[in-house]
Parts: sequence; C-alpha cells; structure tokens
Amino acid sequence: MPRVLVVDDETNILLSLEFLMQQAGFTVTTADDGESALERVDDTPPDLMLLDISLPGISGFDVLERLRAASATRDMPIIMLTAHGREVEREKGLALGADDYITKPFSTRALVDKVQALLSEADDDTP
Amino acid sequence: MRNDLIILAAAFGYLAILFVVAAWGDRRAETGRSAIGSPTVYALSIAVYCTAWTFYGSVGRASLQGPHFLLIYLGPTLAMLGAPFIIRKMVRIAARQRITSIADFISARYGKSSGLGAIVALMALISSTPYIALQLKAITVSHAVLVNYPQPADVAVEEAHFWIDKSFWVALVLAVFIILFGTRHLDASERHEGMVAAIAVESLVKLVAFLAVGIFVVFVMFNGPADLLAQVARTPELSHVLSLEQVPGGATGWVGVLILAVLAFLTLPRQFQVLVVENVDENHIDRASWLLPLYLLLINLFVIPIALAGLLLGSPQADPDSFVLTLPLSAGAEALPLFVFIGGLSAATGMMIVETIALSTMVSNQLIMPLLLRFNLLHLSGSGELAAWLLGIRRVAIVLILLLGYVYHALIGDAYSLVTIGLVAFVGAAQFAPAMLIGLYWRGATRTGALIGLLAGFAVWLYTLLIPGFAQSGWIDMSLIREGPWGIGWLTPYALFGLDGWDIYTHALLWSLVANIGLLVGLSLFSRPSELEQTQAALFTEALHPNLPSASLWHGQTTRGELGELLNRYLGEGASRRVLGSTTETAAAEPAAHQPASHQLITRAEQELAGSLGNASARVLINSVVRGEALDRESILSLLDTTSQTLEYNRRLEQKSAELERASAALRQANERLRELDRLKDEFVAMVSHELRTPLTSIRAFAEILHENDDLTADKRHHFLDVIVHESQRLSRLIEEILDLARLESGRLTLTPERLDLVALARRSVDAVARLQHDHGIRLEVELPEGPAMIVGDVDRLEQVIINLLDNAGKFADSTDPRVLLRMGRHKDHFRLSVEDNGPGISDAERERVFEKFHQLQQQRKDRGRPQGSGLGLSISRGIIAHLGGRLWVENGQQLAGACLTLELPEAPDNASSSEDAEAPENPGRDH
Repeated sequence: MPRVLVVDDETNILLSLEFLMQQAGFTVTTADDGESALERVDDTPPDLMLLDISLPGISGFDVLERLRAASATRDMPIIMLTAHGREVEREKGLALGADDYITKPFSTRALVDKVQALLSEADDDTP
Repeated sequence: MRNDLIILAAAFGYLAILFVVAAWGDRRAETGRSAIGSPTVYALSIAVYCTAWTFYGSVGRASLQGPHFLLIYLGPTLAMLGAPFIIRKMVRIAARQRITSIADFISARYGKSSGLGAIVALMALISSTPYIALQLKAITVSHAVLVNYPQPADVAVEEAHFWIDKSFWVALVLAVFIILFGTRHLDASERHEGMVAAIAVESLVKLVAFLAVGIFVVFVMFNGPADLLAQVARTPELSHVLSLEQVPGGATGWVGVLILAVLAFLTLPRQFQVLVVENVDENHIDRASWLLPLYLLLINLFVIPIALAGLLLGSPQADPDSFVLTLPLSAGAEALPLFVFIGGLSAATGMMIVETIALSTMVSNQLIMPLLLRFNLLHLSGSGELAAWLLGIRRVAIVLILLLGYVYHALIGDAYSLVTIGLVAFVGAAQFAPAMLIGLYWRGATRTGALIGLLAGFAVWLYTLLIPGFAQSGWIDMSLIREGPWGIGWLTPYALFGLDGWDIYTHALLWSLVANIGLLVGLSLFSRPSELEQTQAALFTEALHPNLPSASLWHGQTTRGELGELLNRYLGEGASRRVLGSTTETAAAEPAAHQPASHQLITRAEQELAGSLGNASARVLINSVVRGEALDRESILSLLDTTSQTLEYNRRLEQKSAELERASAALRQANERLRELDRLKDEFVAMVSHELRTPLTSIRAFAEILHENDDLTADKRHHFLDVIVHESQRLSRLIEEILDLARLESGRLTLTPERLDLVALARRSVDAVARLQHDHGIRLEVELPEGPAMIVGDVDRLEQVIINLLDNAGKFADSTDPRVLLRMGRHKDHFRLSVEDNGPGISDAERERVFEKFHQLQQQRKDRGRPQGSGLGLSISRGIIAHLGGRLWVENGQQLAGACLTLELPEAPDNASSSEDAEAPENPGRDH
C-alpha cells in the first residue's frame, strides 16, 4: 500500500488531506512543519509527498530542495500545496523539482486523481 | 652747475624719440597692424594718471603727511576693480556712438545736447588749466634744480618779462610738439594710436626712472631699507612719515580723498581719453584691471623711503617736491639726476599731451564747431576741407590751452604745492561724475538735471577751491577766506555753512557733489526728457544688453546723393565712399544718387560724422538733409522694452523651470512612494488572498468530502461540519478585519465617540475573554482602580481593542503556565491600560513590526488549540487608538517579564464642558 506523507501547518487542512488520502487507500503520515517532515522522510521514506509551501521554520521550498539533493528522495513524487496564487511561486516550485503544484482551495477529486496518477507513473518507472 | 646744453639736448632727444614712436604707431595703424592692440599697452597708457604730480609730488606729500598720498592711487585701483562693469559699459557706448571725449559722452547721453557738451568742455578746460600749470611748474622747477644745484632753484617769475620765463618757452615748445604729435592726421578721427603708443613708452620711462632713484637712495645712499629705517628710528620727529595721523580732516579726509581719486580717475579728460576713447578692444580692460594697480603699486614703492631719506639728510634746499632730484645730486651722481629729470619730463609731457589733445578735441567739437554750424560760418567747398578746419581749430586750441596753463602757473605761482594743484583739478573733474555715472545707470536722468547739476557743482568748486587759490596768491583779498564775502561767516569758502575742520578738498567735494547730485536727481524727477533723450538714455543705460542695437535708426527721408554730398563736404571723398560703399569716383555722380538712402545708411553717416565732429554737431548736420520724421524712437524704446520683457520672461522661465525641477523631484519622490505603496498593496493583496484561501481550503475540502461521502459516521460528519462552521467564522472575522483596516487607512472608519468609563469597559472586556482563557488554562489577573476613568471613545471599538490585546497576550504567554495581567493607571492627564504576558517578550527589532499588517510571530502558531489570529489585530488596534487621540505601543513587561502592550487615552474634559455630557453625571461610567 503506497505511503503518503502530508505536510501542512493548518490543522484542519491537514485533517482533510489525511482523510482524503486514507479514503483513497494510502497509508498516511502527517507533519505540521518542515523539520518534522524531514524526520518522517528519514524514518520511513514515503512513496509520495503532499508539501505545503508556507510552513513555520524551514519552508516547503527548503524541504523540497533538501529532498531533491539527497539520492534516496531525488525521484520521490512531490506535490506542492500553496495558498499563494502567484505564478512565480508555482514556477519556483517546479524549477526546484516539484512534480506538481496545487493551489488552495483545491478540488478534492482533482487532488486525489493527481496523487494516483503520479503514483502509478512511479510504479511504471520502477522495474 | 650742470651743463644746460646737455640737459636741453637730452630733453629734446627724448621728445624726438617719442615722436618717432608716435609716427611709427600711426603708420602701423594706417596699415591696419595696430601697434596698440595689446592689453599691456592699454594698461600702460592708462598710467598717464601718474603725472609729474606723482613723480615729484608724492614724495613731497609723503614728507608732510605720511602715507596719505597712497589714497590717490588706491582710488584708481578700486575703480579698476569695478572696470569690468563700469568701464566696459563706457567703452562699448563710446565705440557704438563714436564718442570723441567726455564732453561728447555726456552730451550724447542727454540727447546729443550741444549746450551740455559745450558746458562740459568749458568746465574741463577751466578745471584742467591748473593741472597743466602744475606740469609746467614741475618741468621748470626740476630743470632749475638740476641746473642750479646746490644753489636754490630760483624760478620766480618776473611778470613783465615772460619771455625770460622758462615755463613760457616750455609751454610753447610743448605746444609745437603736441601739434606735431596729436594733429598730424588730415583725417581728423578721434583715435590717436601713435599717441597712445608714445604714452605707453612714457609710462615705462617714468616708472623705470622712479624705481632707479628709489633703488639708488635705498641701496646706494643707504644700506638697504633696514639701514634706512634704523636711521629713521633714531630721529623721532620723522615718525609722521610712517604714521597715519598727519592727515588733514582726519578719517573723513581719508574717505573724501579716496572717493575723489575714484571719480577723477574716470572723469579727468585725459583719463577718459585713454580709458574709453582710445580703447581699441574691450577685452583689454580685463588685463588692465590688475596691471594698472600693479603699476601704481610699483611707482609708489619707494615714495616713503625717498621721503624719509630726504628728510633725514636734510639738504638745505629742502623742497620735498624735489627730493627725487636733490638726493641723487647730493650723492654726487651725474647721470642719474638727468635720467630722473627725463622721467619727470615724461610724466609731465605724457599728461600734457593727452590732456591737451582731449581738451582741443572738446574745444573744436563741442565749442567751436557747433557755433560755426549754427551761424553758418563754415563755408566748405570741397573735400577734406572740414578736416583742415578741425585740425586748424585744434592746433590753435592746443596753443591756447598751454598758454592758459602758463598764465595760471604765472599768476598762482607757488601759492599751492604740486599736490594741492592736482587735487584742485581732481575736484573739478569729479563734477562730471554724477552726470556720467548716474546717466549710465539711471534712465530717468535728464538733460536739465545734468546741466543744472553740473553748473551748480562747478560753481561750488570755483568758490571753494579755485577762487581761494587766487586769494592765497594775493590776487584777491585774503579776507574772503578768513571772514567770508562781506564778512558773512557761513559763506567762508573753506568752511561753507559752518562746516569747519575738514580738509579743503573733502569739504569742497562734499558741497559740490551735494549740489551736483541733488540738482541732477531732483530736476530729473521733475523734468520731461525729449524723445531723443529717452532714446539715448535707453541706449546708454542698456549698453551691455546683448540685443541692443548700436544706435537708433533714422526714419526720415533723404537720397543717397544728398547724403553723399554731405559726407563729401565734411569728411572728404574717402569717408563718403566708405559709407556709401560706392565704387565710383565721386559720391554725387554715383548711379544710385537719386535713390532714397536706407535708414541704416543715414545712421551710419551720422556715426561717421560724430566720429569727427562729436554727436551734437553730427546730428545737426544730418538733420539738415533728412526730411520728415526724424528718429525712429518708438522702435528702439519698444525694442528695449521687448528685450527687457524678454529678459523678464526669461527670468520667469528660469524660475518656472526651477519650480518644475522641484516639482518633478517631488513627483519622482511621490512616484517612488507610490511604487512603494503599490508594492505594499500587492503584498497586502497577496497576504489577504493567502489568509482568505486558508480557511476556504478547509471549508471546500470538507464540504466536498461531506458531499461525496454519504456513508460517514455521524461522529465524523459532526466533526467535519464543526470544522466548516469554525473556519467560516474565521473567514468572516478575517473579512471584518480587512474591512476595518481598509476603513482605517482610508479614514472612513466611523467611530461614535462618547464619554465612557474605561475601568468598566476593561472589566467587560475581561468578562468576554475570561471563559475562553480559562479553558486554555491561562491565568488572567486584573488590577483596576476603584473610581471611574472617564475618557471619550467608541465603546465597541475600544472593547474590540482590549479583547484583541487580551487574546494576543494569551497567545504569546508561556505555553506551560500561561499568565496574563491587565492593569490600569493614571499618567498625568491620561489613562494607561496595559496587558502583559509571561511569554518570551518581544525583541527591540520586532517592537514596531508587530504593528505591521499580517505580522505574525510564526513560532507561536505552532501552539494549536488557541484561535489563530490573522496578523491584523494589532495593526487595527493601533489605528483605532490613534483615531481616538491616544497611543498604543509595546514594551517589555515589568511584572511578568513578557511583552507588555499599553494603550494610553486622554482623560475626558470636565463633565460640564459639553451638552452631550449633560447626562453623564447621572450615569457615571455606564458600569454594568
């Protein structure tokens, strides 16, 4: 069962994401800031990560950068979440190696679809 | 006794050399390669200021009165410092209007008045006579000293035998020399380049001669200046030569003589001649403005040493005026005294040459020619005849002027010293200054004013200086000086109106200038100038104006033929052809003879005539052939007005452009500020968007989850709905806050101020948050005063602020044992309410930033379970408090060591002070 790590500092958003991922049949772990997110990744590397950008402490961008720098997590699918609607943020996220970018508020179905698509893509890639 | 023959040979030899220089200069001028086209020559020619009076008299004056003589040279130095302004203006006018003398200048300024020109010429003649006499006296005395030394120089004049008086012969010889010198030209133009070249040489000779005596006295007769001063120091009675005390008239005397020297430097006929008339290039003024002062400094360098040496050695024939000769003679020098004599001769002849040429020009142009023209006595038949007439008149004038000088010398004799005679002439010449200088700068000065002013000033000069001179010489009863005319004391020439104790020159200068300037200004204000006067006044006062026309244009009608004839008759065919630009042999026969002459041509003809005859006569002549409206006055005045309007316009434009520059700088700044504001606004919008999206995200997600999942447990469903409600409330609160902020910033926040009791309000606010805080385990302590604290404020808004402060404190308080303290107290006429927590406090850097919009201390947000703020609360609170006339700030708490937010509001005015407070006493504090 694919494992999904959800990172967001907003309790209620985190709650909704957790519910959605569980409902889609994934094993879900959560983190509410950058540092604990990195810890979770170290403990048990997830198959996919939903990562909010504005986090207290180290930001989502920093987390993304670090993960991409490590060989173990270089190819892990990561979807960025943000409440900032600005185009520059999106571009920055993609440039740093995010696989997708979702603007809050999001459509729950589109989110789940994207997660599933990325996971099956990753499945195909792994021999 | 030196050989008189050698002396005479040297003198004539010197004059011959001068003559050769002059002839050479003229030849150069004719071939168009001006010998005087150098600013140095110009400066040296101006040094004609230093006459025999300087050469012999300075030492004499220094011997009697110390450094006072220096003022005579400080004056020109000051005048030359002003040269770029005053002299340049005069030179430009003179070049444009073909001015021939100072009389011509003043006449031209006041509407080309022949009367005024004649008066000035006459006054110049009279006031210069003593000065010329002075030069004659100097030559005669110096010659006598040289010949007779060590016997006293006996120069007493035997009245009956003027032919044995050497001065008479000196005058005659010089007359011949000057005639040869200054009136060689058949072309009677006003410029004398050869003369100027010769004068420059003379200036060099006298300077070198004087320096030679000085060096001889100081370094040969004494062992340098130190030796001389040491010997002087042993002779206390000589100290006056070095001190400033021996000045007649005291401080006023100093000022008087200084002013006198400034004015005379500009108005003495010979000075005007070399400064203005003979100037060939305006730009020469610049170098002369420092070179001449340098020359004056050099020639005065040894005056005091020579005077000291002369007094020290106390030669028996001690006339201080002759020290420069007697000192080297007493030392047995042979060649030096002769050289000194030549130096003195050059100083004297230089002055006499220029002065008599200037005076003879005035006499011919301002006195004789106008008379001849008026009475139609000038019968000219052919070309070149006028030039012959003019030269003839001038030659006669030269002889007469020099003889006049001789007569004065013979009559007044030794009554006055050299310096005295010089100063008398200075005061006379200074009378031209008001008409000339005021006329240069004040357009309103009129002919009547100038004429009467001049006459009055001159009359005062005659009465206070010249006539007393005659009295002192015994020609008039001395009682005039002692008791005044007919015994009227206050009319005493040397103490007019009881003004006693001044030196006679300052005294005369004061009264003559008071009369002169007073009448000039007074009458100018009350007299109307003629049209020509107005035009000329404008052309003079605006001379440095870049757009000024050189002259006003004639508007009348005449033919080229008539004009040609006129020029032919007066100036000869050459000049006529030059003006008409005709190539044919005679002007009258030219093909265009019957065509009308253009206005420019008529003006050109007038200028050409003015160059020879002076402005007044030239105008009379042109008038005789031009019919119809004489002068285009309107055009020039309107042109001037236009140019002054243009100037004014330009000035305004400059002002405007400066203003524009300032405005654009301000705009740039404003633009920058706008950009900054725009950036802030973008940031704000982005922040708002972010803050709104966050609760909206939860609401949408859970709404969709509820919508898609009918099979949720009731428990979950309830939980999710709860989240939606909670986040919706958060969203509404946020929108309210954003609107509040927008209202605050646009100034549209509506507050309803009323008298209220802050204590009661604080209590109510505490009640509102108490439960929530209690639920979060926060210990809330309250310290409120007993009595009411009456302020003026908006109840709801203030409550909002206090609740916000309490919420904030709760959020930032220590997470394990959160404590919040609300306290209130009075501070002067204000009440202060502070809310303190036991959190980590706020760093100095953060202290102001906490009031910024959307500022959040991120770390604290981790502490979930408490309501989250938007980051707008403090910003809004501060805005509200400011609107109520109070302050809100943050500091470190005293009691709990966390952050302490304090609001301060002024106490409400007295209860009775306003009607809306009328019911307040009945319901104090609205306490619930």
